[in-house]
Amino acid sequence: MTTEPESGSTKSALSPVPTEFVASAVEAPVSAPSPIREFLSQRGSGRLADRSFAAVMLLCSLSIFLIVLFIFFILISRSKLSLLAFGWKFFTRQAWDPVSGDFGALPFIYGTLATSFLALLIAVPLALGVAVFLTELCPRSLRAPISFLTELLAAIPSVVYGLWAVFVLVPIMRDSLGPFLYKTLGWTGFFEGSNFGVGLLTASIILAIMILPVISSLTRDIMTSVPNSQREGVLALGATRWEMIRTGVLRNSRIGIVGAVMLGLGRALGETMAVTMVIGNHADISKSLFAPGYTLASVIANEFSEATGDLYLSALIEIGLALFLVTIVVNAIARLMVWAVTRGAPARAA
Amino acid sequence: MNLKFIAAGVLAAATLGATAQNINGAGATFPYPIYSKWFSEYSEAHPNVKINYQSIGSGGGIRQVSEGTVDFGATDSPMTDEAINGAKVKTMHIPTVLGAVVPVYNLKGVTQDLNFSGDVIADIYLGKISKWSDPRIAKDNPGVKFPDNAILPVYRSDGSGTSFIFTDYLSKVSPDFKSKVGAAASVKWPTGIGQKGNEGVAGMVRQSPNSFGYVELIYARGNNMQFGAVKNSAGKFVKASTDGVTAAAAAAAKSMPADYRVSITNAAGPASYPISSFTWLLIPLKSTDPAKAKALAEFLGWMLDKGEAEASAMTYAPLPKPVQDMVRKSIAQVK
Repeated sequence: MTTEPESGSTKSALSPVPTEFVASAVEAPVSAPSPIREFLSQRGSGRLADRSFAAVMLLCSLSIFLIVLFIFFILISRSKLSLLAFGWKFFTRQAWDPVSGDFGALPFIYGTLATSFLALLIAVPLALGVAVFLTELCPRSLRAPISFLTELLAAIPSVVYGLWAVFVLVPIMRDSLGPFLYKTLGWTGFFEGSNFGVGLLTASIILAIMILPVISSLTRDIMTSVPNSQREGVLALGATRWEMIRTGVLRNSRIGIVGAVMLGLGRALGETMAVTMVIGNHADISKSLFAPGYTLASVIANEFSEATGDLYLSALIEIGLALFLVTIVVNAIARLMVWAVTRGAPARAA
Repeated sequence: MNLKFIAAGVLAAATLGATAQNINGAGATFPYPIYSKWFSEYSEAHPNVKINYQSIGSGGGIRQVSEGTVDFGATDSPMTDEAINGAKVKTMHIPTVLGAVVPVYNLKGVTQDLNFSGDVIADIYLGKISKWSDPRIAKDNPGVKFPDNAILPVYRSDGSGTSFIFTDYLSKVSPDFKSKVGAAASVKWPTGIGQKGNEGVAGMVRQSPNSFGYVELIYARGNNMQFGAVKNSAGKFVKASTDGVTAAAAAAAKSMPADYRVSITNAAGPASYPISSFTWLLIPLKSTDPAKAKALAEFLGWMLDKGEAEASAMTYAPLPKPVQDMVRKSIAQVK
């Protein structure tokens, strides 16, 4: 997009001048066309090819805009009934009663944000640890197997994670981890009430496991791309290994790390299957992480196929709109964060 | 040898393709196992008719047939008056088979089948009965020693005919449940946790001590699950069986409305199992294609003559005789 006006202006300025002249203007001392230019002309690449290439690329990038706009338009037009009935209050109301036709998205928005951020809280430190270990500390023989396993984790379908969570994670939560948290951290109020093994915390843990490979493998790639001269420079100044990692590697790759975290968050926000299987699917807002919750994606997956009645269907589509808006807002906040973090220092190895 | 057969098959398929009648349907998932068996058997016996059925859920079935995008629909809960008035294509409900919903539970040390009254089940889901040691549970189960543990009610999180039948029953036996929750494929459950599908509820109940849930009879039977008996309107505790379900349908048959939109939960009669329901096909009253309508009517006739007899082998209850006779008359109107 930014190169567009530049190329346009050069074209208009040089349009009456033949191509050879352009070439010779660039390479001033030689009057004959350069052999490279000649070769390229013979291959048939010229201004026409350049322009059509630019046009095709523009179309490709425009398709993204079109797809987003189209989704947004469909979501709005299909949820018109519910938009008219509840207005913007739909997003702040705590109600979901298909029988009486009373709908609001707040418990679902809460469940989506709570599980996603809790998942980040668990996954980001772990993922950073994995990445730092792999790039800076890992013995060469271990590097390949650990990298392979991280990528393998990323390829497991979410329904498999869900099944594993139901049969392994839920009993652990119910019988050992849950009671332990209640005993040690019960005073915070986050681990209260009856603990049945399913709920917000279990959903967050399975989400954390699912986004861990995404964040760690991206972060590893970013850290690998930090030039070795940076590391050597910091070490030469007398830094310890940890100081080198902190100032030489982490500091240089922080923008990329934020990007990796955002990609993980994106997966967490939209994850449906595994979360539905362990979150308890109860539309309520509760401070305790043992309590069952509900997410935007889950309620659509659960109720769409059997939804009868136009208002009900329209409310479900507005839930989709809510998910769309939540994603946009979260991404915007992430951009702001990146901007705030990088305002001072120049960006390297992004 | 093999090649010859294949060539003959291809030829036959090609010649049939020209005249074969393709009928498309969509809807309820609950009767899908028996429908798919019926449709494939019918196609084998009548090679010129091919019936495709997609089990996309009752809601989707009603929408698609009302819009005219499929030739017939299927639903576990009868269409509401509002849905009927709004439909572009007017349809007729044809009951096909019956199913039942059974209560399941996980209680350590309790091996005998438990008895439940409808109002007790309703209050468990309303959160009013929160412990297994509640005297109202004990009253229905003399001699059973219940632990003093909290009950974990488990419900279906996905919209389903199973939930509709269950909540329809609870609304009939508990005025409180009717006003606070109501009957629908998805409702606002006051307490408990939701799991997706029969397998989700069953899995949760199986691995959570002190839990209580509900699943389809077919599912409980197929997986050898222990389930409880439910008190019917005659005051008898009945354990679900295809006979009990057909008895409930027979009791309701006397007052069967002409459009078949009837709920048979909490039916009269000492042998009736109270949480039973019909499942319906939605057949357009006036088809755009008379040939298709004729083929559909012929299939419905076959269903009554041959199909119904196969139902009980698959744990569906067949239609009682008087209802079959009524349906036969209704089929004659399909054109």
